[in-house]
Amino acid sequence: MTTLRSDLAIIARNVRAGSRILDVGCGDGQLMAALRDHKQVDARGLEIDPVNVATAVSRGLSVVQGDADSDLVDYPDGCFDYVILSQTLQTTRRPDFVLDHMLRIGKQAFVSFPNFAQWRIRMAHMFGGQMPVTEQLPHRWYDTPNIHHVTIDDFRSFLKDHGVEIEGQWFLSGNKPRKQALANLMAEHAVFLLRRG
Amino acid sequence: MHGDERFGLDRKIRLLGPVKLDSGAEFAPVDFAYETYGTLNADKSNAVLICHALTGDQYVASKHPITGKDGWWTRMVGPGKPIDPARHCIISINVMGSCMGSSGPASIDPSTGSPYGMAFPVITIGDMVRAQAILLDHLGIGTLSAVVGGSMGGMQALSWAALYPERVRSAVIIASTARHSAQNIAFHEVGRQAIMADPRWNNGAYYGREAPASGLAVARMAAHITYLSEAGLTEKFGRRLQNRPDGTMGSKSFGFDADFQVESYLRYQGLSFVDRFDANSYLYITRAMDYFDLAEPYDGVLAKAFVATNSRFCLISFDSDWLYPTSESRRIVHALNAAGAAASFVELSSPFGHDSFLLDAPEMNRIVDGFLRAGENL
Repeated sequence: MTTLRSDLAIIARNVRAGSRILDVGCGDGQLMAALRDHKQVDARGLEIDPVNVATAVSRGLSVVQGDADSDLVDYPDGCFDYVILSQTLQTTRRPDFVLDHMLRIGKQAFVSFPNFAQWRIRMAHMFGGQMPVTEQLPHRWYDTPNIHHVTIDDFRSFLKDHGVEIEGQWFLSGNKPRKQALANLMAEHAVFLLRRG
Repeated sequence: MHGDERFGLDRKIRLLGPVKLDSGAEFAPVDFAYETYGTLNADKSNAVLICHALTGDQYVASKHPITGKDGWWTRMVGPGKPIDPARHCIISINVMGSCMGSSGPASIDPSTGSPYGMAFPVITIGDMVRAQAILLDHLGIGTLSAVVGGSMGGMQALSWAALYPERVRSAVIIASTARHSAQNIAFHEVGRQAIMADPRWNNGAYYGREAPASGLAVARMAAHITYLSEAGLTEKFGRRLQNRPDGTMGSKSFGFDADFQVESYLRYQGLSFVDRFDANSYLYITRAMDYFDLAEPYDGVLAKAFVATNSRFCLISFDSDWLYPTSESRRIVHALNAAGAAASFVELSSPFGHDSFLLDAPEMNRIVDGFLRAGENL
């Protein structure tokens, strides 16, 4: 599992072995395959890009082509132990609806996202006066899939307002973990484990 | 298995049955025409059943005895293909109601010595599947590693998983649906009416005489349009005109000859079809498809059809297929998710409409190959 992207590695480490998961925006199924092979997880995926779906299915994974914004409504309540949304929240049309469905479908939810309040991004904005283009967020304003930029503090207050409990949180700068203190300023990525309050 | 007469090309067998039909009747004895490719392994775990579409047959990967053409799915089935006789014991059975050797309206009714004609019972997709199960029992095959089908073949694959959940480990359903829509039924009714309006149809009693070829050809022409896409037709024919027999190059006849290339193409499709297909079979099989609604016995809740299943499912649709559009595949996926079944689904892009599943589609092959291999490694 060493080759997994850092936020996925955090999720993989913290998923209970033998559990049932739904990976929303699973890409070509890298995390699902790792969880299946190393943690005997019964994994299902939802992915919008047909080429990614084809690759995932040809790896023997159960992946359905669909859109997080419209297709989560089709899943019954509580049918998964975890619903995972990695690096996808900021690309959804209605992140609030997506999160609602995740917490309905899964007993717990993992959400990872790039932190838009990280200092490099703040600096770029403050001194450059333009929408930041960084290694983590390499797109320009007109071609970015990230249509709902969010900061760690935004996300926390959203969770509070919506009665969602945080059961775990991890922060990353590059590939390195960092402490919770000053995360909103310092962390490039955040991973949250959530449960409906 | 060498020397076992039950396996091989062009097999025919009459079994006692009976098939218990959805209509309440029983049908016996049952004739089966089928082919097998590859060898059943020692633990009988490598059987793959291929289910054919409305006008398909058992010649999935060998020459058709009437047309002389290659099998209808050699792109999917054969050496080095996703369904490979080197790895699988492949079984392909002519469906009940058809006309290539399995019991159908053109078969001789042993109780009268003449063809059944309209005395053949009206059957359903479920009846076809129950009949196939009788043949598999005879072949000594309990569990299918996979059941695979496109279009009506996909309906059979779905029915297999619903009717015999313990006998199906994986199901591949391509360009298919869990029910016939009003539009599907409407197109089929046009075809049936064309056949029945042909005076030679004679209430189905035309065997030994001239067949209702004109009616069947029109039925095929109407259906063939539904297998293609508008973009595909436009690309292939546009508004281009035919060169006429008198040598006139591409001009209008100001008459009712086949001026347009698309007309000529459809007429050819209709005419060549009647050489290989029985009009009554067309009536019976289209009826079976129209009756198909997998959710009907479950108060309309499709998920209940899959409650007992442990099968893995792989569904593929094509974006230009308006006969069984992606939304129908999604409906099945939704039901499978609700039933907690392991389901994969992808919509592939192809300009060729419903027929895409029979054509060259590398992504389809890649998906089916990976899906089947993953099931074999479980």
